[in-house]
Amino acid sequence: MCETCGCGDPELMPVEVHESLLSENDRAAGHNREHFAGQEVLAVNLMGSPGSGKTAVLEATAAALDGSGRLSALSGDLATDHDADRLQKAGIPSLSITTGSACHLDAQLVHRALHDLEWKESDLLFIENVGNLVCPAIYDLGQAVNVVALAVTEGEDKPLKYPVMFRKADLVLITKVDLLPHLPQVDMKAIEDALSHTMPESAFIPVSAVTGEGIDRWLEWLEELRRHHGE
Amino acid sequence: MHEYSIVQALIDRVQKEADAHGAEAVNGIRVRIGELSGVEIDLLRSAYDLFSEKSVCEGAELEIVPVPARWTCRGCGAQIRAGEILCCSVCSQPASLAEGDEIILERIEMEVA
Repeated sequence: MCETCGCGDPELMPVEVHESLLSENDRAAGHNREHFAGQEVLAVNLMGSPGSGKTAVLEATAAALDGSGRLSALSGDLATDHDADRLQKAGIPSLSITTGSACHLDAQLVHRALHDLEWKESDLLFIENVGNLVCPAIYDLGQAVNVVALAVTEGEDKPLKYPVMFRKADLVLITKVDLLPHLPQVDMKAIEDALSHTMPESAFIPVSAVTGEGIDRWLEWLEELRRHHGE
Repeated sequence: MHEYSIVQALIDRVQKEADAHGAEAVNGIRVRIGELSGVEIDLLRSAYDLFSEKSVCEGAELEIVPVPARWTCRGCGAQIRAGEILCCSVCSQPASLAEGDEIILERIEMEVA
């Protein structure tokens, strides 16, 4: 009740909260991160547009490792299990997370899926996010690093158009570089320039899942990360 | 359209605070949304208008404070202007985002009996 005059009107009360609206997700992500650290598994959140070549890069990764690295994968997809099936065929134990209409994975979805995937014995767990350059960037999943796949066919200014995504990237894989001879208008320098305007520590590797170009550098990057991460 | 998930989290949080304080109604809510948070203010507002109906937030005014991205040098703290390469021109250290990625529920104004 209003105490000033006792009129019976309700009192207005300001309540200061100052809390992130993602705090629930961030708590779940912290929990996932503890799981990954406990099992010494390096979790990689792989993001990118639909058709940027995320699944193909993982297939090429498995082929290049040829059984010498232990991999597992979660694959976010709106409606199908196709990506997880492809990864499974490539020799990566995989599970699909069907998100329905949701445009991104979140930490709780990943946590639930971890119960059904044999990931604990792997060195690397790839979390292939839903193909989307906006929403997945916002949700921490508990990963060690964010990797973004950007195909040479997507346009050189993609990083400038989606700064939120590229700011979060620890590494950008510039995919489908085998197509460059057919794309005289695509200027790799322009892509690099766009990345340097959106990533504070611009890091990228041009790769081709078809020819295998750059996959060795990608594997070295992962290996280097694993060494540092374990320290 | 993650703005719907964000609004759902907002309403849940407001409900929790309203319960904790025995509120009879919620009059206003203030959030801070960073330019690089990935949240579109217009979409957030339409999601709020839709989802606040029949919730604790029904009728409560949503004030959105936009926060521009502000980059500074990790080494010397110099400001790095928008649209520039995210690397310090003075000491060549990478930039870090000082503010502009927040999605913060700042304050709720409620009526208590």
